[in-house]
Amino acid sequence: MSRVVAPAVLIGTILLVWEAACRLAQIPAFLLPAPSAILRALAANAGLLAASGARTLATAMEALVVAAVFAGAMALTTSLSRTLDDAIRPIAVALQVTPVIAIAPLFVIWAGVDHPERAVIALAAIVAFFPIFSGTARGLAAADPDLERLFDLYGATPLQRLTRLKLPSALPFIVEGAKVAAGLSIIGAVVAEFVAGSGGEQGLAWRILEAGNHLETAKMFAAILMLALMAAAVQALFQWLERRALVWWRGR
Amino acid sequence: MSVASLAAVEVAYPGRGAALGPFDLDVNDGEILALVGPSGCGKSTALRLLAALEAPTRGEVTRATGRGETAVVFQAATLAPWLTAEANVALPLELAGVARREARLRAREALARVGLAEAAGARPAQLSGGMAMRASLARALVTNPKLLLLDEPFAALDEITRRRLADDLLAIWAEQRPAIVFVTHNVEEAVYVAGRVVVMSAGPGRLAGETTVEAPTPRPAGFRASPVFRATAEAVSEQLARAMAT
Repeated sequence: MSRVVAPAVLIGTILLVWEAACRLAQIPAFLLPAPSAILRALAANAGLLAASGARTLATAMEALVVAAVFAGAMALTTSLSRTLDDAIRPIAVALQVTPVIAIAPLFVIWAGVDHPERAVIALAAIVAFFPIFSGTARGLAAADPDLERLFDLYGATPLQRLTRLKLPSALPFIVEGAKVAAGLSIIGAVVAEFVAGSGGEQGLAWRILEAGNHLETAKMFAAILMLALMAAAVQALFQWLERRALVWWRGR
Repeated sequence: MSVASLAAVEVAYPGRGAALGPFDLDVNDGEILALVGPSGCGKSTALRLLAALEAPTRGEVTRATGRGETAVVFQAATLAPWLTAEANVALPLELAGVARREARLRAREALARVGLAEAAGARPAQLSGGMAMRASLARALVTNPKLLLLDEPFAALDEITRRRLADDLLAIWAEQRPAIVFVTHNVEEAVYVAGRVVVMSAGPGRLAGETTVEAPTPRPAGFRASPVFRATAEAVSEQLARAMAT
């Protein structure tokens, strides 16, 4: 119960103080709009912000799929031999530690002026790549050693070992990696949109920049609020999926 | 007739030194042999050599069994959590290419043999420790092995459950007559289960003694209280104490 009440009370208090401060101190709206003004801006731009939010969400999920395909394939490859693992891992790590914002201009050039959305998806995918890669790689190596021995004993083929032992053993790790990656893919999409724009269909990052340029600070806050709600919803969805997957996997 | 034998085998691991041997062991067709010794003496290593899960550093391992004719039960039940009990038991058959329907049918028969017919659809997480171990035993039996290797299979179970499982194991042996090698550090369990108890010295393990248990299998009621049982257990304990002192 306190998990609902405590944050509600805190957030309510902050909003009240915020609202009162804005009114009493007459803070200019372009510096800090009152919560009520933000709500009005949200209502006035609901359609536009929802469409932009959907755009950003679609970008993030496309990026997640791209990341999952590449990360899964690379993790599978590393699981085949020690040498391949040694060869591939530094590249994966380099991909993770390089700030996405630093490589964004490069991807904008590669994608070309007509297709900035491709750059955005690629950049968001790079951000989402690592958790899935490392989760899958760890999972594929995490099979019970005695079960491995059993597969040795019964002369399992490499394919049987992969599909009937390694992949099922890896499932909890893969799902956890995907959950982390889903959150990161939204961050990646927004960062990439900031740098690359998103072409004809504008995402939330573009709305934030646009409102900022016009000093429509309330609308900026509304876009940020939209983004936060969206990210929280995605996080909740993936948490639920993870729980369901684990219940299926463990059988309870 | 010997099912499997170790001749002057030695096992050494890089960086950890000698783990076993030189050690000789003959496993005869249809006998139940218990391997007893202090922790770290290489009992489990000897078992893995017999199963061909490991190769000796020196010496020779001979086996009269083909693929699928050797089965292993580990200390933990080692069931795949994502599979039902039935699918777990069917796994060795399915890996060997037996059709799914046939494999599942034989898996249900094997589960029935260990008293788990009702639990075929249950997942390992829903089974008690004893039930999980029975399922593990069913998985080992499903291929009708000639050689059944058990690596401290009941060590994690409570006393009542392990006694019941020991009786079940003997009943199953009476039906299928596989050769059984039973690794344990519990002398009474060894004497209760086995026709021959081999004692190993502290690691790297060598042969430290051998005792034949002069009693019919399955054991008569009250066997644990009988003078034969007490005397044999005492003799094995003495061998073990001497083995640990050296």
